[in-house]
Amino acid sequence: MKKHLVVGFLIMYSWALFVEAAVAQKPDRTKPPKLGPPPTLKLPPLQRFTLSNGLPVLLIEKHQVPLVQITLLVRVGSAMDPPDRRGLASLTAAMMEEGAGERDALAFADAVDFLGATINVSAGMHTTTVSLFTPLSKLDSALALFADVIARPRFPAEELERKRIERLTTLQQWHDEPRIIASQLFNKVLFGEQHPYGVPTIGNEQALRAFTVQDLRSFYAAYFSPRNATLIVVGDVVPAVLRTKLEAELASWKGDAVPPPSLQPAPQVQARKLYVVDKPGAPQSVIRIGRIGAARTTPDYYAITVMNTILGGSFTSRLNNNLREEHSYTYGAGSRFTMLPLPGAFLAFSDVHTEVTDKALGEFMKELRAIASVTEEEVQRAKNYVALGYPSQFQSVGEIAGALAEVVLYNLPDDYFNSYTSRILAVTKKDVERVARTYIDPDRIVIVVVGDRKKIEQAIAPLQLGQIEYLTIEDVLGKPPVIEKP
Amino acid sequence: MKRFLLAATLGVSLAGAVCGQDIRLSVPSTRFVLPNGLNVILHEDHSTPTIAVNMYYHVGSGREKVGRTGFAHLFEHIMFEGSKHVPEGKFDEWLEAAGGNNNGSTNTDRTNYFETVPSNALELPLFLESDRMGYLLDALSPQKVDGQRDVVKNERRQSYENRPYGMADIKIVENLYPHGHPYSWPTIGSMEDLSAASYEDVVEFFKTWYVPNNASLVVAGDIDTAITRQLVNKWFAEIPRGAPIPPIDLPAAMLEKEKRLMMEDQVQLPRLYLCWHTPPVFSGMDATADILASVLAGGKNSRLYKRLVYELQIAQDVNAANSSAMLGSMFWIEATAREGHSLRELETIIQQEVEKLKTQPPTLREVQRAVNQYEASFLARLENIGWKADLLNNYYHLTGNPDFFQEDFSRYKAIDPTDVTAAAQSFLLEDRRLVLSVVPRGKKHLAAAYTKEVTK
Repeated sequence: MKKHLVVGFLIMYSWALFVEAAVAQKPDRTKPPKLGPPPTLKLPPLQRFTLSNGLPVLLIEKHQVPLVQITLLVRVGSAMDPPDRRGLASLTAAMMEEGAGERDALAFADAVDFLGATINVSAGMHTTTVSLFTPLSKLDSALALFADVIARPRFPAEELERKRIERLTTLQQWHDEPRIIASQLFNKVLFGEQHPYGVPTIGNEQALRAFTVQDLRSFYAAYFSPRNATLIVVGDVVPAVLRTKLEAELASWKGDAVPPPSLQPAPQVQARKLYVVDKPGAPQSVIRIGRIGAARTTPDYYAITVMNTILGGSFTSRLNNNLREEHSYTYGAGSRFTMLPLPGAFLAFSDVHTEVTDKALGEFMKELRAIASVTEEEVQRAKNYVALGYPSQFQSVGEIAGALAEVVLYNLPDDYFNSYTSRILAVTKKDVERVARTYIDPDRIVIVVVGDRKKIEQAIAPLQLGQIEYLTIEDVLGKPPVIEKP
Repeated sequence: MKRFLLAATLGVSLAGAVCGQDIRLSVPSTRFVLPNGLNVILHEDHSTPTIAVNMYYHVGSGREKVGRTGFAHLFEHIMFEGSKHVPEGKFDEWLEAAGGNNNGSTNTDRTNYFETVPSNALELPLFLESDRMGYLLDALSPQKVDGQRDVVKNERRQSYENRPYGMADIKIVENLYPHGHPYSWPTIGSMEDLSAASYEDVVEFFKTWYVPNNASLVVAGDIDTAITRQLVNKWFAEIPRGAPIPPIDLPAAMLEKEKRLMMEDQVQLPRLYLCWHTPPVFSGMDATADILASVLAGGKNSRLYKRLVYELQIAQDVNAANSSAMLGSMFWIEATAREGHSLRELETIIQQEVEKLKTQPPTLREVQRAVNQYEASFLARLENIGWKADLLNNYYHLTGNPDFFQEDFSRYKAIDPTDVTAAAQSFLLEDRRLVLSVVPRGKKHLAAAYTKEVTK
């Protein structure tokens, strides 16, 4: 049964409505039931302390389940890959799991698996996370392994050779995946190959073949430092005990502050252009449309969130309603803004039946133009959907840790979660229309279609979507790497 | 699935007590049956101000007729298109306006529908679920059927036809089960049968299966049990009971002899699939089959990963699992060969490792490692109220006891190494398996031995 230990999630609402409703015998189906005031999210307080080695720690206690999530967020990611070593952040992260401390790769995996814990290292665009998910009963042993990964990775040469072939094979397999082909091309034409957002985060064949153990060690040494990281803890722990355990395992890990990288945003798309990648025989066309959107730090964050919900961020959104519910062209359509420290992509997407590719593109264009005007009813529904559903995203220790990572990376205020709902609800119709006009310009977009060229090109031409460039899969991905036997 | 927009959330929250190192899982609930036969299960968990409503109709693709495959899932889609008091489109609009999410899914044995709403909005999903249970046909039209027919065809294209190796799953069930067996067709159905589904089929299916006496409802989360009980009564009691549901009773499916197939696909690398029949979910050795799969392919130290991927480096990946279902389960192993390697090489190694497990039990550590991972995943699944609601309903659906969490987990804890060997000996028989090679077009020489070619 539920345990009301320490601080739970506080719930504030009244039961009055339910009691009243329960008196009625026959349901009134003439209109949807009236609802009482929505509950508000009240997370337990965010606690902060700093370890003796300078590592800041953020803690949210959550005592319903005997589980703990610990995430080390390091301020380094693929955006910091040297231009001639694209893929280095991602490979360094992957290799940190391949043996650490006293254990080689197999022994390390065995130790973690035996606990029923999960340790993962993965590089994002601007951060690398080392995450530990463990039953509380195994916390001590798991924490020791977690500290080994952070402070004592071994980077064995033979494991690098294994990873190299695994990743070259992944590049081969991308040739099979229309969605990956589409997104690789979309990023490339949107951001350009000189920009870190425009190239594959696992690197290309040339870079993958060149990496040495020394590259990994140098990259690790340059960025993995307690003064360039934050530790996030969520779960069934109390601060005093946690702090002692963390000091014991991590205090010996030392390092200096790292100056933040200077990164420039990519230039915005200036005209409309269509790219068609031929995938003979494909039963669907993968459509990806977009332009450069906004940085996470934009003051338009809340208005963009509401606007995108109306355009393509929910089931009842205009894109899904049009392309799926009205026209049955697809199983689903949507849109999203990838918000990073620099402006990321605004992307509208769908996979549509080959035969209706041209019609679907026409409907996309229609919706991208029409979003400049919205109704009060749409704005209200979108705001409610985002704001009132927000508390349900704080159920698991993993979800809460993920939300805290955003707070750390973007330096958001400590009351960010508790004020989120009211900030969304404050967005107006005028705000939504303004950001739609600012960020969605259907005349300055790239359109990527991966599909059966023979079947779609005649129908697409008269749409006059702009210059059309026809490509092969190899134009996009290069030739599949030839893998030599190890 | 009705849609792909809903982000999948990792479920993990415990309503359980910790006694020393031994966790006892318990998700207490209140269960009652309405006079019309609807089973109701209520569970309180006030961790988050959120409520999960989860409806099971005890019908899946296994109840379809030959010539109408994919119908249970097509029907699931139609359930979202409005009912007598819920105009088309409003089901989603009203839920979104209340801050709710919803979806549904179909498998061989059941169809589920679920909503997550803030705790003030409890009555809304009760109204919506009861309206489509009681009044779907009042608002049904041939146009709605046609619209969702095309959406589902696009779902099939997206999830199977336009995905590398996507057609393998379909070919496997078609060949593993005898013709006409309820599991011998995929839940998504064939394009031909989807085209053939008619308005009349929808009416008949609804009247037969979508009756309160063939459904169970879970309401879990930030609720008050007594009040919720009254509300469920209010919204569902008026729906009339349907005809009794005929039992489904079939002899276990088995392969008389080994079947070896080959299919060409638009892929770079060949992939091998080995499949066997195993006993129904929750019957003897069902959990042992899960542990057997972990010993073979769960993690870097598993038998097959270590040989194929780590030491020999002739495979890019290897996976194994036991997919459990009511009438019988399927144990499968799949592995993708690296460039320059054939599926014959992979099959030889897999065969060696399977034989080894049949003759000598795995170490205690291998079994314990797998069991410990199950323990963590049992805890993890309890963190999300939607997952917990679905588990309560699933346990009720399969065992009659919604709080089957501890019993389920106890099955794993009781397994010792000799059980794993016994399971390998009784399931993984060479002359009772399906072997499917999927190879790049024009590279049939990379296939394992086969006697029949199948086409996409």
